[in-house]
Amino acid sequence: MARVLVGVKRVIDYAVKIRVKPDKTGVLTEGVKHSMNPFDEIAVEEAAQDVLRTALAMGVDKGIHVEVSGSDYETLQPIHVSKILAKIAQNEKADLVIVGKQAIDDDSNQTAQMTAAVLDWPQATYASKIEKGDKGITVLREVDGGLETIQCKLPAVVSADLRLNEPRYATLPNIMKAKKKPIQKLTPKDLGVDVTPRIQIVSVEDPPTRQAGVILPDVDALVGKLKEGGHI
Amino acid sequence: MSQRIRVTELYKTLLHLGKDWPKGYDFFRKRLHGAFMKNKDEKDPEKIEKMIAHGQYIIKELETLYMLKKYRTLKRRYYKDQ
Repeated sequence: MARVLVGVKRVIDYAVKIRVKPDKTGVLTEGVKHSMNPFDEIAVEEAAQDVLRTALAMGVDKGIHVEVSGSDYETLQPIHVSKILAKIAQNEKADLVIVGKQAIDDDSNQTAQMTAAVLDWPQATYASKIEKGDKGITVLREVDGGLETIQCKLPAVVSADLRLNEPRYATLPNIMKAKKKPIQKLTPKDLGVDVTPRIQIVSVEDPPTRQAGVILPDVDALVGKLKEGGHI
Repeated sequence: MSQRIRVTELYKTLLHLGKDWPKGYDFFRKRLHGAFMKNKDEKDPEKIEKMIAHGQYIIKELETLYMLKKYRTLKRRYYKDQ
């Protein structure tokens, strides 16, 4: 039975309007709806399907919650997360690590790549199809201007792209059942990972708002305005 | 399982789905409550059966709606040129 480790991040819900903190150090998170990073949902679905296909188990069997304190969380970077994931992958003897290609809050898109580097495992990023073979896995990747098919040996690190699958909705009975499944709590310290920040956030700003347009009386006025602006 | 239990389960499942409703949970809960209360005096088991089936259909529709909404939002945000 293949052991699959899936990385999951808690992010501000995709439907929430993001607001920047007045002091520009980050975005407001208090009292804001959070949910699972959509790309990680795709990763979970892929892992679940893999296990289902082999008819060995249903869904995810075990959870590991890596607790990071508030102040550390604000400066937590993919380098730290990948070290944590790598350590867990080794401890749990995982054959495959699947994560979402990026989180919708910081859009770093680095965790899978760095995890593979830390473990010195092959990586298959932006997966849109995964097939298991005798020698390993065949992955169809979404690359600039098309698709690329690669083969890699196991163990490996895979990052899920949007079209890999359609994640199922977590139903109420399944959520109740999942409450009985074990969740192990760990801290970065337990895993021997140093989470001292490597970067400093200088400023977080709202995207520029669109400027209001003007209504001109006739074509001559328009031509005049365009000349004024140096467009013609 | 008795019809009564199935109806309460249907209601709970729909309430759970309502938490993700775009116009808010309260909006959804009021409508849902109204829809169930409207048929509270129904006694015919066959008609109740049909209503439960309709409820199950709504569940599937909601799940599909949420999935599509999320997929489209991501597609718009990250895959602009396609």
